[in-house]
Amino acid sequence: MEILYNIFLDPFVQMAGAPDLLVQTLWEGLVSGVLYALIALGFVLIFKASGVFNFAQGIMVVFAALTLVGLFEIGVPALLALVLTVGVMYLLAVGVERVMLRPLVNQPDIILFMATFGLTYFLIGLGELVFGGNPKSMITQELYLPTGSVDIEMLGGFVSLQKLDIAAALIASIMVAGLAVFFQKTRIGRALRAVADSHKAALSVGISLNQIWVIVWFTAGVVALTTGIMWGARSDVSFALQIVGLKALPVLILGGFTSVPGAIVGGLIIGIGEKLGEFYWGPLVGGGIESWLAYFIALVFLLFRPQGLFGDKIIERI
Amino acid sequence: MGTPNWGGAGGGAGAIHKGDILLSVENVSLRFGGVKAITDVSFDIRKGEIRAIIGPNGAGKTSMLNVINGFYNPQEGRITFKGATRNRMRPSVAASQGIARTFQNVALFKGMSTLDNIMTGRTLKMHRGFFWQVLRHGPAFREEIEHRKFVEEIIDFLEIEAIRKTPVGRLPYGLQKRVELGRALAMEPELLLLDEPMAGMNLEEKEDMCRFILDVNNQFGTTIALIEHDIGVVMDLSDRIVVLEYGRKIADGVPDEVKNDSKVIDAYLGVAH
Amino acid sequence: MFYREAGQFKTNYADDMAIFPILQDKIGVAVIIAAAFVGVPLLGGSFFINAVMIPFLVFALAAIGLNLLTGYTGLLSLGNAGFMGVGAFACYKLTTVFPQVNIIVWLLVSGFFSAGVGVIFGLPSLRIKGFYLAVTTLAAQFFLQWCFVRIPWLTNHNISGAIEVPTRTLFGIAITGPNAAPEVRYLVVLSVVALLTLVAAHLVHGRVGRMWMAVRDMDIAAELMGIRLLPTKLLAFAVSSFYAGVAGALMVFLYLGSAEPDAFSINLSFLILFMVIIGGLGSLIGSFMGAAFIFILPIVLRYLPQSLGFSVGAATIEHLNYMIIGALIIAFLIVEPHGLARLWQTAKQKLRTWPFPY
Repeated sequence: MEILYNIFLDPFVQMAGAPDLLVQTLWEGLVSGVLYALIALGFVLIFKASGVFNFAQGIMVVFAALTLVGLFEIGVPALLALVLTVGVMYLLAVGVERVMLRPLVNQPDIILFMATFGLTYFLIGLGELVFGGNPKSMITQELYLPTGSVDIEMLGGFVSLQKLDIAAALIASIMVAGLAVFFQKTRIGRALRAVADSHKAALSVGISLNQIWVIVWFTAGVVALTTGIMWGARSDVSFALQIVGLKALPVLILGGFTSVPGAIVGGLIIGIGEKLGEFYWGPLVGGGIESWLAYFIALVFLLFRPQGLFGDKIIERI
Repeated sequence: MGTPNWGGAGGGAGAIHKGDILLSVENVSLRFGGVKAITDVSFDIRKGEIRAIIGPNGAGKTSMLNVINGFYNPQEGRITFKGATRNRMRPSVAASQGIARTFQNVALFKGMSTLDNIMTGRTLKMHRGFFWQVLRHGPAFREEIEHRKFVEEIIDFLEIEAIRKTPVGRLPYGLQKRVELGRALAMEPELLLLDEPMAGMNLEEKEDMCRFILDVNNQFGTTIALIEHDIGVVMDLSDRIVVLEYGRKIADGVPDEVKNDSKVIDAYLGVAH
Repeated sequence: MFYREAGQFKTNYADDMAIFPILQDKIGVAVIIAAAFVGVPLLGGSFFINAVMIPFLVFALAAIGLNLLTGYTGLLSLGNAGFMGVGAFACYKLTTVFPQVNIIVWLLVSGFFSAGVGVIFGLPSLRIKGFYLAVTTLAAQFFLQWCFVRIPWLTNHNISGAIEVPTRTLFGIAITGPNAAPEVRYLVVLSVVALLTLVAAHLVHGRVGRMWMAVRDMDIAAELMGIRLLPTKLLAFAVSSFYAGVAGALMVFLYLGSAEPDAFSINLSFLILFMVIIGGLGSLIGSFMGAAFIFILPIVLRYLPQSLGFSVGAATIEHLNYMIIGALIIAFLIVEPHGLARLWQTAKQKLRTWPFPY
């Protein structure tokens, strides 16, 4: 009985008893959810346009952040370093397209998936070789990002919001809105959607696949850089962050591999669900359940909707 | 095992004899959401006959086969096979009751050889359990050899000896269709469903396939239901024909009746308004 | 010219269905087995046996296990390291609770524990397919790793949270623990790996293997042939996890000697997946080749600069290593996406027709 009480009632009693804590937890979940969503967004962009399940997206986040900090450390002014990093991400996109995608066109998905594993290893090695393997701290102030926190008095207590988190949420929203406009309203966006639907048909109307791939990987690289700055400012910049990249997988599962709104909603569900679970149910089993809860949430969703939140119902045809 | 008995379970009490009703479909309707694939269709298939299902594209022919072997479950209606009535079942159960089929777009196991593909058709007939399989030598291997002999007979029959060890993914389309027929025959089915067995074939390949179908039917007494677009082939091969249009049955009878049915002519040639 | 099967006629099905139907292959395999059982222990130094051969065999076994699931049945798994951990911890618990039973028995029995866990995490495969299934196996990976850290009972409440392998003997000779000679441990590992490889070969050449491959290639058609999907997939999960469990137990008991939960991290899962894909999906020989490529290559890279007389920092080598492996994986996939096993077949085909390739 006591176990049942602890699982099914006590957490809710706690939530009702201290609503300010609940709001605080929700906010924390929201912020990490936004960051998961950003990583997932990078995945979705690449998956839509090239059908590649880009395992390296998590590493691209770290690589971008590391490049930025590394450039700053060798004396490049912060804003110039930012511009240079964007340039590096562009070179990366071109390199990936030339060396990896072009020779592997028309190969089965699993092969391309594996190739991005190779890319992951390569980027880890390259990043550590050039900038060293030690964790670095993000140049938050130099990039004019706000620091400190705002305390809001509400619900009989205080909720403390990091200014940085607010900025992260804002920047993420602007970015998603920008991408949506880009996809829907521009010529390149239309070409991207065409490529996503069918490579062959897109080729037949004169869309250059190679050019599209460079654009997409570059966009994903810029998204990765943004994510890297935000996430790096919350913790350190190191390759341990790649484990966070894996969290994008359950997010994708929830939202579907090709849906941008899905990535965002999925990210928020995972982020908030994980924090709530850890805070209210984690102590029952000794804590640390954050490491696997996200996957279980996705698993439970999948059992009821195998096609994801935003996917169409799968009708098998023979 | 002895001589193959491709007609399926002969003998025994209550056995179904040639000319008896083997399968009957009564008032079956199938919908996908709001789309009606099949509406209130009834017909039967008699033991030993070749039954054709024809109709324009989208008439619900493949859906009908999918209903018969349990891949789709109809919302309404009943299906009686060998005297047992059901409205829901798993495809694997249909297989164990003796219904085999081939597919419109070849559905072979692409990574496996011709031999392995046809051997897979014997799965239900093989009974040695997991631990014998681990050992392989002894009973499991003897069983394997017995079934290999059976499969080799099918390979002889279909004249595909030369490709028995070739991965089927590398075979030309016509041969793939033949291997698929072999895989279905390996199940020793009582009812064989063929979904466009001659689609995309040239004349010579079509003639071969017709010969195989007739031989299977004549020599082994296997009941066959087939979908085919080539009306000439259908008229020559089949004993009776069902015609579907927009998911409804519009005609049913021997080839000559169907050929002269005004509704069928309208369905294929269009109606003059 | 040297590798020619012409003239080797089969007069019965048993010969034709042998696992190595060609004479040259039989001789080759016999030579390799003899070299492994006799040559390596006699001639290989203890460093070679300890740091190269033992881990190579252990990883090859784990790769075979994953290959049965991913290569033969088409179910992608990223949780292999978790299942390896289950095997290792099960073996540790069994041998500390029942020390009188021989360790070899426990090494094999521990596989059944991970098989059970594997089946539980395989259940969602009824409804979930493809990349989606990979996430459920990730759930297994992280959940199991969390269990290893959080359940002190598993390590007998060891303060360090690690397991340390006790000394166990066979016929009075120490085969595990700090006193066991590398040659002895090597022979035990080799025997287990050889036995389980044979079992895997039996399975994939028979009815079970055909059912797995049928599910992999076209699950709908398989079901319409009477193959029930869920039991077939669960069997693949069980057998695969069994192999992973035994490999995990071997890794801790006969290679590392002690292990922290970190040893079974997601990185190990990826490493094994690499081995399977580089070696070739759906090929047992490929699993060995993949393990050799992924495991032995870094060792070579590590010692190559020294032997050539360059002095490079250890950290630099480590980073370069990552880059080279990454680049090699990509290059390799471009050259031969079907893995080393396919390359080997192509080479055999060339030998078959040499010197007149037409």
